[in-house]
Amino acid sequence: MTQTSFSGATDVSAGPAPAVQLSGVTKDFKDVHAVRGIDLTLEQGEIVAFLGPNGAGKTTTIDMVLGLSQPTTGSVEVLGLHPRQAIARGLVSAVMQTGGLLKDMSVRETVAYTASLFADTAPVDEVLRTAGIEGIADRKVGKCSGGEQQRLRFAMALLSDPALLLLDEPTTGMDVEGRRAFWSAIRADAEKGRTVLFATHYLEEADQYADRIILISHGRIVADGTGSQIKALAAGRTVRATLPGARAAVLTALPGVESVDIRGEAVYVHAKDTDAVARYLLNETTAHDLEITARGLEDAFLSLTGDQDDTTTTTTSSQEVSA
Amino acid sequence: MTVQTIDPALRRVPPMGGFNLTVLGIELKRILRNRRTIIFTLILPAALLLVFGGQQGWDDKAGSGNVAAYILVSMALYGAALTSAAGGSMVALERSLGWSRQLRLTPLNPVAYILIKALVALVMGALAITAVNVVGIIQGKAEMPLHVWIITPFVTLLCTLTFAALGVFVGYVVPGENAMQILGPGLALLSFLGGVFIPLDQYSEVVRQIAYWTPMYGVAEIARAPLTHELPWYAVLNAVAWFAIFVAGAAWRMSKDTARV
Repeated sequence: MTQTSFSGATDVSAGPAPAVQLSGVTKDFKDVHAVRGIDLTLEQGEIVAFLGPNGAGKTTTIDMVLGLSQPTTGSVEVLGLHPRQAIARGLVSAVMQTGGLLKDMSVRETVAYTASLFADTAPVDEVLRTAGIEGIADRKVGKCSGGEQQRLRFAMALLSDPALLLLDEPTTGMDVEGRRAFWSAIRADAEKGRTVLFATHYLEEADQYADRIILISHGRIVADGTGSQIKALAAGRTVRATLPGARAAVLTALPGVESVDIRGEAVYVHAKDTDAVARYLLNETTAHDLEITARGLEDAFLSLTGDQDDTTTTTTSSQEVSA
Repeated sequence: MTVQTIDPALRRVPPMGGFNLTVLGIELKRILRNRRTIIFTLILPAALLLVFGGQQGWDDKAGSGNVAAYILVSMALYGAALTSAAGGSMVALERSLGWSRQLRLTPLNPVAYILIKALVALVMGALAITAVNVVGIIQGKAEMPLHVWIITPFVTLLCTLTFAALGVFVGYVVPGENAMQILGPGLALLSFLGGVFIPLDQYSEVVRQIAYWTPMYGVAEIARAPLTHELPWYAVLNAVAWFAIFVAGAAWRMSKDTARV
């Protein structure tokens, strides 16, 4: 978890206001504790991935950052302001994956409508050109393809030059080329100070493009760190076997082996190529009761976000990586 | 990596909660190019006036005018009620499509949004009333004192707010674009029952007793009061009660819907 904290966003000496600051935030819906206490600071210019299974509290948290709902306890600040004040100044935008468009409006009308609501925006034609939807400006939104609608949503979100951009599964349906172009544009904007928080189910994408990954489960942050730190929590796979008299040095020398752990008669070999380890153990030794457990990113994700008892915190779930 | 930062103090808040004429213009254009809305709200009431307004006894006395004037006011009310209901059902549709949520991510104040929608409903109601009145004037049968001709449209317009609330309510209960398919025939039925198309004294006693309780009865009596100089207390009660019921219904459905704005 981040240790960095700014005492007061309005205090100039403390540096620029953090893009997002959540302090002790909880959110209850009647008997359901959707968010159970989140402390989080996002600095300006960070690209952050928000990972977690459905129902983990991602959407609830994002809704509070957007000022669409109020936390039950705790406080939410966006660039040192109340979320609604930040939105009134055009500082926050969000792009949802579906909805949010009216089929009977043209592309230009949709952009002009949205632009007219802000105090300052780029000219509508320029925005259409930048988003590459100039050619379909007079087309009805209902006649646009999914990709064109997504570009329109981005054009709308970028109208006010937001300091904080929230994205929900941003590259769903994009091809590899589109995905790469998308992220390089996002990266360029981040260098100008824009903070990007995106929710995704693609761990690979989070790893590739985010500066920081936050895993959320059962309304709590269960891991927070860089992609490699998150991966380090759970790289490779583990072979477990019963092998009396095992010698660590021999096993460590096998190709792709990262670490060997011998506990009594049981050996645990963490390796990239567990097949080779298994083949060796079965062919060359008397090892038996062999098991291979996957420890990929997906598995790390599952082990960190999987079902746990609501009150007890297991060692895995409390594991946090200092950024 | 050196990163520039953004100073939130440099950003401005739009005046009037985001209310502006661009939005108002686009909203009006949206309704005006919807062919179904135009047919049901502008053409149908005017056509009904031509049919009913020329019936036998159109020149009989009715209040300070004639029967044709009485029918004209009724048709204008019907047309304006339909437009308002259509406008109201659009609010619900826009919520179901996530457009309202999208707007919540802009500086647009919810009060300004409701104001825009109400203004659009009133402008469309005024258009519907104007269309019926223009057709009535061209037809040349309706007769009423000039001041009645001027006051009545405004009273009618006020009465249509009830149906804007009904539109929001029905829009929520019947999600999607089908709300108008229910509101159209539904309002026609209520108009028959409420004495908008046919005066209540033409009905049997049983039907008339039922009619007094239906939502079109009260507003129709109020809209025609400047002409007829008759306004029973129970008609006013009817109008106020139905307005309260529809607003409460709309507010109830809206509040059920706030989970994901």
